[in-house]
Amino acid sequence: MMRVAVVRFPGSNCEPEACRAIERAGGEAFYVWHRDSSLQGAEAVLLPGGFSYGDYLRSGAIARFSPIMDAIRQHAAAGGPVLGICNGFQILCEAGLLPGALVRNAALKYLSRPVDVRIERTDTPFTSAYAADELIRIPIGHGDGRYVASEAVLDELERNRRVVLRYAGSPGTDFPANPNGSLRDIAGVCSAEGNVVGMMPHPERLADPVLGSDAGHRVFVSLVSSGSLTPDS
Amino acid sequence: MTWRVHVRILPRAGLLDPQGQAVEHALAALRFPEASNVHVGKAIALDVAAPSAAEAEARVRTMCDRLLANPVTEDFEIAVEAGNAG
Repeated sequence: MMRVAVVRFPGSNCEPEACRAIERAGGEAFYVWHRDSSLQGAEAVLLPGGFSYGDYLRSGAIARFSPIMDAIRQHAAAGGPVLGICNGFQILCEAGLLPGALVRNAALKYLSRPVDVRIERTDTPFTSAYAADELIRIPIGHGDGRYVASEAVLDELERNRRVVLRYAGSPGTDFPANPNGSLRDIAGVCSAEGNVVGMMPHPERLADPVLGSDAGHRVFVSLVSSGSLTPDS
Repeated sequence: MTWRVHVRILPRAGLLDPQGQAVEHALAALRFPEASNVHVGKAIALDVAAPSAAEAEARVRTMCDRLLANPVTEDFEIAVEAGNAG
């Protein structure tokens, strides 16, 4: 059974939802405290959303120095799956495990709403259960979600298919195509090897049909069945 | 010697700065049409123990590279005030 460490920082949120989503997909989830130094044998790591350290200085800027980050760096370097959701994505960018940065939404407002995103890459441990170019509707909840990087980095991401999720909008709805001003409508990216993925939307918040949709469920189904997809390590 | 060091951090030139734009629009609404090119950043002040102003500045530059500023999104400037012995 896939064992997943869900890392808790002071100010994390949705970590119980993440555990429940992992368990509903057939995996085993347990918490790891950010001051721990061991991932306790986890096969995958999830960095949840929230406001670690109150977003002081910059979102994710202080959490990246938590003791657990060394273990996560080693796990990622060995090809182990790592998913950062929202604040987890911000932390992975600040830590240099993913390129770019997430800054204040273009409209300067905190956004809590559904968005439609296109799954642009399905050969990652977190998206393999989706169809290529499938559109899913999942929630966002962030003030600092505008993805930015240099033009050179953006071009490299496109060239190597490292954009995993892109804001797509939906004809016939008032969902904004790009809610926060992210460059090239980027909602999620992956590492060069594809095993580290960051995304601003929250699939764990919509992973059970009792909520009216389980559009995010397959992120966790992908992970739990990813044993054979894990990149060479 | 202890040096009072000021770090001024601004959004990287060329990057969309919605806060700066919002403040610029508000200034225009208050009839300050002479204000333009407004940017909002942050200031950090700290005391640094170092043998010379140059070494204090070098240490703070390293602090900026590692923590205080994000090289993807921010530019920074460092100013070192006269130091105090002891």
